[in-house]
Amino acid sequence: MAKLAYDLVSPERKLASGEADAIQIPGAEGDLTAMPEHAPFLTPLRPGVVTVRDGGSETSYVVTGGFAEISPAGAAVLAEEAVKKEEVSAEWFSARMAEAEKAHEIATGDAKTLAALRLNDMKFLASSLGF
Amino acid sequence: MPSLKDLKNRINSVKSTRKITKAMQMVAAAKLRRAQEAAEAGRPYAERLTAVLANLAAGANPATAPRLLTGTGSDQTHLLIVATAERGLCGGFNSTIVRLARIRIRELLAAGKTVKILTVGRKGRDQLRRDYAELFVGHVDLSGMKRVDYATALNIATDVLGRFSEGEFDVATLFFNKFESVISQVPTAQQLIPASFEAPETAEENNVSALYEYEPDEEAILAELLPRGVATQIFTALLENAASEQGARMSAMDNATRNAGDLIDRLTLEYNRSRQAAITKELIEIISGAEAL
Repeated sequence: MAKLAYDLVSPERKLASGEADAIQIPGAEGDLTAMPEHAPFLTPLRPGVVTVRDGGSETSYVVTGGFAEISPAGAAVLAEEAVKKEEVSAEWFSARMAEAEKAHEIATGDAKTLAALRLNDMKFLASSLGF
Repeated sequence: MPSLKDLKNRINSVKSTRKITKAMQMVAAAKLRRAQEAAEAGRPYAERLTAVLANLAAGANPATAPRLLTGTGSDQTHLLIVATAERGLCGGFNSTIVRLARIRIRELLAAGKTVKILTVGRKGRDQLRRDYAELFVGHVDLSGMKRVDYATALNIATDVLGRFSEGEFDVATLFFNKFESVISQVPTAQQLIPASFEAPETAEENNVSALYEYEPDEEAILAELLPRGVATQIFTALLENAASEQGARMSAMDNATRNAGDLIDRLTLEYNRSRQAAITKELIEIISGAEAL
């Protein structure tokens, strides 16, 4: 079966790149899984978990935002911040959580709705990570 | 004519200066390598984001596109973001940026525009405050930061974008030094707002990306990505600046070390001449004393 080339990059460095069978991405309007020959596609990310599946192995990264660009040949996840799931610490996460809560408090109008959505995603992520 | 003791003291003082400049040069070389690595590591993200934004911007409807892209329709008020270093002793690094900014400020003021200044880094603030203190709207302190991180760039971007949406300015320009090589850094003025993104060079890539599907729609994505694009441009500029600073310091310190070496050679020659002259004088005194007997 054909493989999908993937890149996971943050502004400060390249986190991972290689080939995989499939990548699960937390898109802004729902999770999606990119496989080889996926139609060209572009979506922002919501806070969530990016999972790279290759053969039997699975690697997960926690991302807090960014966007994903998918083409038939490969997928690029441009995350604002990304950390390997096993390496996520409670302090790191609660700092991000506090930021989201603060942003929600001060936001008004349309931004309030967006901030509430983001906070909700963060809370869901927290429960799935077990914090 | 300085005494032998004075000469000796001067030689020693120049020698210790040479030691310091030599050490600074080596530290700068190590930091330069790290700064270059950081700039290299940030490139994939910046390139992808720029390519995507260039595509989106090209397809955007000018009537409904975000103001960040189209501008406010006027260019009356300019915000100049001047990024310099926290420390001196790096040759012309800070002065070249400030000089470029100064020229722009004079041009804009002469054309009757309103100018606002936001400085990043202490040196630029110190130099510009002398003449344009009343134009300052803010300053970002970089002291205590070991390396440039994205969070700092994001903070600057949030600040600038907040001011833009408040209607505080129409055009924002970022001044920084582009890193070419250790001996050459080019002071650059980059327009941040209205945002402009250069399309990727390869035509092939363009064709592929023109067919993208978007979720949600293109405009929503554009509105979400533009602030990130601005933050990334600032981040890239800060990385370039950091590398330039170390490069400039390295060559400045290399020069200083060499000059100190030359000075030591000259002083040593003078010292030896004086020493010989003193010996000769003593000999003459002894001989003429002996002859008199």
